[in-house]
Amino acid sequence: MATEAHDAAGAAGQSVGMPQLDVSTWQNQIFWLVVALVVIYFVLRLVALPRIGAVLADRSSTITNDLAAAEELKQKALAAEKAYNAALDKARADAAAIVAAAKAEIQADLDKATAKADAEIAAKVAESESRIGEIRAGALESVTEVAKDTAKELVAALGGKADARSITAAVTAKLKG
Amino acid sequence: MTNLAETGFAIHPMDQFIVKRFFCDAAHADCTTDIKWYEITNVTFWMAMTVIVIIALMVFGSRGRAIIPSRVQSIGELLYGFVYKTVEDVTGHEGVKYFPYIMTLFLFILFANLLGLLPMSFTTTSHVAVTVTLALLVFFGITLLGLVRKGPGFLAMFWITSAPLALRPVLAVIEVISYMMRPVSHSIRLAGNLLAGHAVLKVFAGFASMTVIMPVAVLGAVGIYALEVLVACVQAYVFTILTCVYLKDAVGDAHH
Repeated sequence: MATEAHDAAGAAGQSVGMPQLDVSTWQNQIFWLVVALVVIYFVLRLVALPRIGAVLADRSSTITNDLAAAEELKQKALAAEKAYNAALDKARADAAAIVAAAKAEIQADLDKATAKADAEIAAKVAESESRIGEIRAGALESVTEVAKDTAKELVAALGGKADARSITAAVTAKLKG
Repeated sequence: MTNLAETGFAIHPMDQFIVKRFFCDAAHADCTTDIKWYEITNVTFWMAMTVIVIIALMVFGSRGRAIIPSRVQSIGELLYGFVYKTVEDVTGHEGVKYFPYIMTLFLFILFANLLGLLPMSFTTTSHVAVTVTLALLVFFGITLLGLVRKGPGFLAMFWITSAPLALRPVLAVIEVISYMMRPVSHSIRLAGNLLAGHAVLKVFAGFASMTVIMPVAVLGAVGIYALEVLVACVQAYVFTILTCVYLKDAVGDAHH
């Protein structure tokens, strides 16, 4: 029933089932299509396409320039790195030289101080030795003296008559032996 | 007609394609018969919308001329680059001269197709009159261009020198027929795809008024809609690339 109603409406409104095949509307469609195409064509041709083309060209040249600039900066960075490394190496060499010089200077000072200390020690040793010698000589002399006195006293005590010269000679001979 | 649709379950998948006067009250006047060529119709309105969208995208979108593009500008640039590359790849360097015309066709068809997918809208490219006009413009344009550029040499396209001599007349007849068929397939493909898709969409939408199968119908309509978005873009591309292939016969050196 609905289909019949639609058919009736279709018959009233238009005669064919497919609106696409209703030739009476074609001239209207074709006219407005041509108008639309002409408008789009001229808008694109005169405004949009040259503008977008120019933007794209600008962009690609900007990118090319930027890439070139980046390459240049990279080269600069490499050069700077090289210079930095050279400076670093030089600084290291300088530092090594300074360290060596300082070491040599310290060694010299040390040697000098050691020599001085050795000399002082040697002097002290010599002095001490002489003093020890003195003391030893003094002690020997005292021993001779005591021996002489003791011998004299012993001779006297035994009832002999002490002859100073002979006692001395005897003691001296004993001490030597 | 709307009154009748409300009286019962009725699907009118073809009603969406009816050409009618734009400034017209259907209750009081007859909006569809005897339309003059200059009258403002729904065709006029939706073609104007197409033109406005194209201008908005390609002219206003690119008005910043920015090296780093805005979103709209980058869409315009993407379309420009895409069509430009297609023209250059298919037709060679000579074809680039005709890039603005091919861009016009591509943008018109693409946005007419996409605008046609808006609910309640009218799809201008679903009409045979429109697609036949587009295809015939391409056909006659390219044929004239080929004759002007190559003279009678253009007709050598139909004379296959690589085939045996005895076969050449037969092949020439076949070639001429296939050449004449180009605008037919070129236009019917576009109109047919859109017409069928929109009609199916309308049928699914009509079934959505029945409670029982409503979920299936709505899901089906959503699926078909997604497919139609794809079809809208693909058909615009197909029309464009076929135009480029035909143009190659007229401007390129090599022929098949």
